[in-house]
Amino acid sequence: MNQTPYRLVVGLEVHVQLSTETKLFCGCSTTFGAPPNTQVCPVCLGLPGSLPVLNEKAVQLAIRTGLALNCKIAEVTKWDRKNYFYPDLPKGYQISQFDQPICGEGYLDFPDPDAPETTQRVRLIRAHLEEDAGKSMHDEVHGRADSKIDLNRTGTPLLEIVSFPDLTSAAAAKAYLTELRLLLTYLGVSDCNMQEGSLRADANVNLHIPVDGNDIATPIVEVKNLNSFRAVERAIQYEAGRQFELWKQTGKTIKDAPKQTRGWDDEAGVTKAQREKEESADYRYFPDPDLVPLRVTEAMLSQQKVVLGESPSAARNRLQVNLGLKPYDADVIVSQGQSMVAYFDGVVAGGADPKRSSNWIQQDVMRTLKENDLSVEQFPISAARLSELLRAIDASVVDNTRGKSIFQYLLEHDATIPDAMAALGIVQVDSSEIETLCKELIDENPKVIAEARAGNAKALGSLIGAARKKNANADAKVVRELLQKMIDAM
Amino acid sequence: MNVSREDILKVASLSKLELAEAEFEVVASKFRNVLAFVEQLNEVDTTGVEEMAHPVDVHTVTRSDTLQESLDHDVALSNAPKSDGEFFLVPPVLG
Repeated sequence: MNQTPYRLVVGLEVHVQLSTETKLFCGCSTTFGAPPNTQVCPVCLGLPGSLPVLNEKAVQLAIRTGLALNCKIAEVTKWDRKNYFYPDLPKGYQISQFDQPICGEGYLDFPDPDAPETTQRVRLIRAHLEEDAGKSMHDEVHGRADSKIDLNRTGTPLLEIVSFPDLTSAAAAKAYLTELRLLLTYLGVSDCNMQEGSLRADANVNLHIPVDGNDIATPIVEVKNLNSFRAVERAIQYEAGRQFELWKQTGKTIKDAPKQTRGWDDEAGVTKAQREKEESADYRYFPDPDLVPLRVTEAMLSQQKVVLGESPSAARNRLQVNLGLKPYDADVIVSQGQSMVAYFDGVVAGGADPKRSSNWIQQDVMRTLKENDLSVEQFPISAARLSELLRAIDASVVDNTRGKSIFQYLLEHDATIPDAMAALGIVQVDSSEIETLCKELIDENPKVIAEARAGNAKALGSLIGAARKKNANADAKVVRELLQKMIDAM
Repeated sequence: MNVSREDILKVASLSKLELAEAEFEVVASKFRNVLAFVEQLNEVDTTGVEEMAHPVDVHTVTRSDTLQESLDHDVALSNAPKSDGEFFLVPPVLG
């Protein structure tokens, strides 16, 4: 790590769109991409006389997430109005949770980007439910034409997950987000699609600079408009440099300036000051009289505990400890998602060696998926079938090279391993045949044999090719071993 | 409760209300009346009474996550002061 003259301090606020069919307080669809203002009703338009009713699924998904993030789940949680004026917020307030969020303090451990075999912990302050606002489109060119408002998104359920400022580098912030997204997809609570805005992150960034034995803190900056994990990483790096330069020039500390909001400009690679909203801090929160409090019962908690499933970190651990994979290999499989872990488990459950299974999945399976833009659910070779193939290799019925041919064949044909072998003309060669073959090779290649006897280990390589020309089914490894044995005995 | 001129101006500005000088005293006096009315609640001894987030003792009212029909597009836009038949239109907002 580069030594910097300061310590970077970062906290993240992550908004996650929960995977419900309908909005948080009304029955309108949450589907992305519908024509503007076609998924709206009196409730989400904020028409007078309409009343919100809470979506139980959103509560369930929030509880599930809270449990997975080790949060204290509130026994009683309530709804508050956060008041501000903006055209994409038709009611003039957002229904959110102020002092009694559904999920209290928790934490998440994530792989340390500087030492991948260990983890870092980020503590979480809270996670609360709230409704999303609509979308505004502005006249970017002239700023004179009317702004267009689409309220389809208004009222979509969000879970806002707020971390403590425990992150100490841009890479750590990215690693935390990566683990959070993976966990949320394992839990099935969100699709976490950043392009569609299902996962949005804001970063609070400042520096602690040691001066004469004391830490001086720079003013906190909230960076918005981070549309990718890469943007999060770059924006934090940029902010660190900018704040340090600014501190050197002005000496301003956290005591001299209020929190500032800056927007990330991805193209320019800089953060830009955003116009301060007047009195923006004063949201005049108060309990929403239209909504009654929610009591979280034991039954609601246990219902979610049952469906939590295995977390990514538990899966990594199991693949390493129980199945002997290297941390890197376990992480590659786990990062592909729950279905890939299930596929791997299926291959191993069929009796194939875990390490060989891991290699084949990472190389052949994942490459095929990528080349054909398939998900593992769509993969033509079932876990049981791949397991059968790998067992055949484990048992030296076929060698690795012939195994790859069988794999290619299975991509196109639904066949058993013996049928695939028959179709490809692969037969297991018995040992007497191999012996005859090796004798022939030795007789025909006195020069190579002399070199091999003189200690040139590479010399035998040319004979393997020759052996396969004589008999394509000859196992290279077996031929090499037998040749060596015969030469050693000469 | 003492309410300063600044307090009232701040609440007005948060509510996007522009108070003319002539209106100010009328609003201020009404404002103080409302506060004084609510202040009467302070006379009640609430020691040992659990805080309530809602005046009625009802909780956990939910609905299932089932689609309901949205408004027809034309109907949704029909109350808008301005629309282009697709979007609600509002005066230019920058940033």
